[in-house]
Amino acid sequence: MLANQIGYYSLILGLLFSFLLCGVSIRDFNNSNKRVNQNIFTLLFLQLTFVVVSFLSLILSFVNSDFGNETVFNNSHTTKPIFYKIVGTWGNHEGSLLLWILVLTLFIFLFLVKSREQPKKYRILTLLFQQLIIIGFFLFVLTTSNPFNYLFPTPAEGLGLNPILQDPALAIHPPLLYLGYVGSSIIFSASLAAVTQNYISKKWGQHIKKWILISWVFLTIGIMLGSIWAYYELGWGGFWFWDPVENVSLMPWLTLTALLHCILVLERRTALTSWVVILSITTFTLSMCGTFLVRSGILNSVHTFANDPARGIFILIFLFILIFLALGIFFLFHKENKKDLNNFFWLSRESSIMVNNWFMMYFLSVVLIGTVYPIFLDVISSEKISVGPPFYHKLIAPFLAPFLLFMALGPKLQWIKSKIEKKNSLIIFFIISVVLTFSILKNITVDFLFYTILISAAFFLFFTTLKKLFSKKFINVSQVIAHFGFSLFILAILFNGILSSEIITNIKVGEKYNFNKSEIFFKKIEEKKEINFNSIIGHFRITNEKGKVVELKPEIRIYNQPEIITSEADIKTTLLEDKFLVMNIVKGDEYFNIRYQIKPFMLWIWVSVLLLSLGGLISLFKNKYEK
Amino acid sequence: MKNKYKASIFFLFFIFCFVVFYKGLNNPNIYTPNIKVKKNIPLFKAKDFNSKVYINSEKIFDENKYYIVNIWASWCVPCIKEHPLLMELSINQSIKIIGLNYRDNLNNAKKFINEYGNPYTQILIDSDGTLAVEFGAYGVPETLIIDKNKKIIKKFVGPINEETVQEIKSIIK
Repeated sequence: MLANQIGYYSLILGLLFSFLLCGVSIRDFNNSNKRVNQNIFTLLFLQLTFVVVSFLSLILSFVNSDFGNETVFNNSHTTKPIFYKIVGTWGNHEGSLLLWILVLTLFIFLFLVKSREQPKKYRILTLLFQQLIIIGFFLFVLTTSNPFNYLFPTPAEGLGLNPILQDPALAIHPPLLYLGYVGSSIIFSASLAAVTQNYISKKWGQHIKKWILISWVFLTIGIMLGSIWAYYELGWGGFWFWDPVENVSLMPWLTLTALLHCILVLERRTALTSWVVILSITTFTLSMCGTFLVRSGILNSVHTFANDPARGIFILIFLFILIFLALGIFFLFHKENKKDLNNFFWLSRESSIMVNNWFMMYFLSVVLIGTVYPIFLDVISSEKISVGPPFYHKLIAPFLAPFLLFMALGPKLQWIKSKIEKKNSLIIFFIISVVLTFSILKNITVDFLFYTILISAAFFLFFTTLKKLFSKKFINVSQVIAHFGFSLFILAILFNGILSSEIITNIKVGEKYNFNKSEIFFKKIEEKKEINFNSIIGHFRITNEKGKVVELKPEIRIYNQPEIITSEADIKTTLLEDKFLVMNIVKGDEYFNIRYQIKPFMLWIWVSVLLLSLGGLISLFKNKYEK
Repeated sequence: MKNKYKASIFFLFFIFCFVVFYKGLNNPNIYTPNIKVKKNIPLFKAKDFNSKVYINSEKIFDENKYYIVNIWASWCVPCIKEHPLLMELSINQSIKIIGLNYRDNLNNAKKFINEYGNPYTQILIDSDGTLAVEFGAYGVPETLIIDKNKKIIKKFVGPINEETVQEIKSIIK
């Protein structure tokens, strides 16, 4: 009960500090003193402390199972293991927004501390814009989603955490994703501040690059963790469904990736400034837009915790205030540096980065249209449609092949003006790729021409980056690793798509099921009791056509609070393929329904995404920029 | 000057987006599309919920009766709301209600049926959502009315309510 009060009042104090900070910053802005007023640091630190206190007290309420707190009551239960009590703190709407505020205040504090070499006015303006966002979120939480609402009389027991959320991947997925999203808020504020100060320059580019990399790395890993969770917990047997929730996390990723490439130009010379500013604004706007679409209930999904129109309207108004503010600032203050802009030859690294930008913009518009078009159509013509995977596959796949080729060739070009060198090795690699693809695909019945082109392009990127990786000169390591990771990623998902297979059947204990010279043997059943669930574990022995044996133990869990049955797949991951087995109870019968899937190269999808982020990390920790 | 022009276009565009989103928020989530051409029901093969055997669509819709196809899932909150109304409809002998279990976990689905009752004469499994696409569905829940000529004559997107139940009853008479 006490923790609840402390949390609530700390939150209000945090908001008051925001207003104080705005006042002090505005006064300091016009002060002729060259350094930022020390009071600002103190106030910012105090604000951060109060938000931390507020967050900790919510965790404490969860740990103590204080059901007088409405959020705890709705999302926890006394029988939950301590780990899931803590995780439950951000596994719901209110708590996750509190986490959002925590990251916002933490980042602006770090930003101010880490930007001492930057001009004072620019720093203060960034702080002001960021405080605007923070105030918006404080008001949002306090008026529509207060995590410290209390219930009286105090209920004896909570409603429990949704079992599909009781998962380790979900413990870190939201915080990482938020670090990415919120990182983009810093980029947003900083770029607006830089535009008003006419400070979009080489020096600014080098400084903001670090923040772009930080949010990019977190966003990449955050999306991957969400995808891993969907793969083994939702049991739909895939890793990406083009669900609106997934799309809204992918959209800022696309713009952020484009921004990351633009900044490589900007950190060398003042060019592509409009691109940089617009991408910075769009990335954060899309993150906010994602929050709106997912939380307002306008789209239904796994992440729609509660359907409260008041919340939707608040975020919507807030989002558009930010958009209009950004647009206003952009059109009033931004001056295009004309003499520098088109100063590069058509065949140069800069122009290949422009090509990358346009590709990204294309992918973005496909995803954006697929996600929001149904809403627009509904409002305008009250017709309803749903957009599924075929739409995205049809529109994205054909452009992927040229995109991959550009990814292989672009980094080989020099800055400003270039000609392609070492043509021979490129041609050889290209021939190898095509021949290799041809020999792999000729035994598989698929859409031959389409896949040959796509896979050849991916192999081409794979070989060119692989060669670079093994050349002993460590030039552009981060770029090579990231591009190599991407080629691996595309190869893995393409082969995974082509070669996956599935068996669904009913089987009882002691029975054998034969298919394509392989055999599934249901050995026995074991029952287990845990504090938050009971489980039935099936023991299966699967022998493949080469006589290799795997033991798989899928599980059925019967959670007690709330009473829900979930199927936990057992997945055996090897270098080349995942064997995936789930079982379900068939009611009133000794039979179990099983689904056995062989999914090749699943591991490589995750590894390649990790490589991609590793590229970003290396770039972050490297002081000198790439040649 | 040119900049002002651009800026105003952008502002107008975003104001338009705002209005659309705002209206989208307040839109009711039930909707009855106009069906101008009465479409035949699709031909398909689907797995039965209880026996896990594949059945042809001709066999499912073989009686000279009105059929209601209801697309539902245990994870779908509005489905719980409309369920009692389906139970009410299931008393009527002149119709058969076919449930299409959309992208669901089988155990959760069974639990759902045990708890809220079973209004369906038959339930089909649509684990990857392709069957719902065959029916031209927009999402869950959705209810389709099929007449004796095996044509889809009416569609209700979103949870059905008392009014829709009256409408269905009047169609069947």
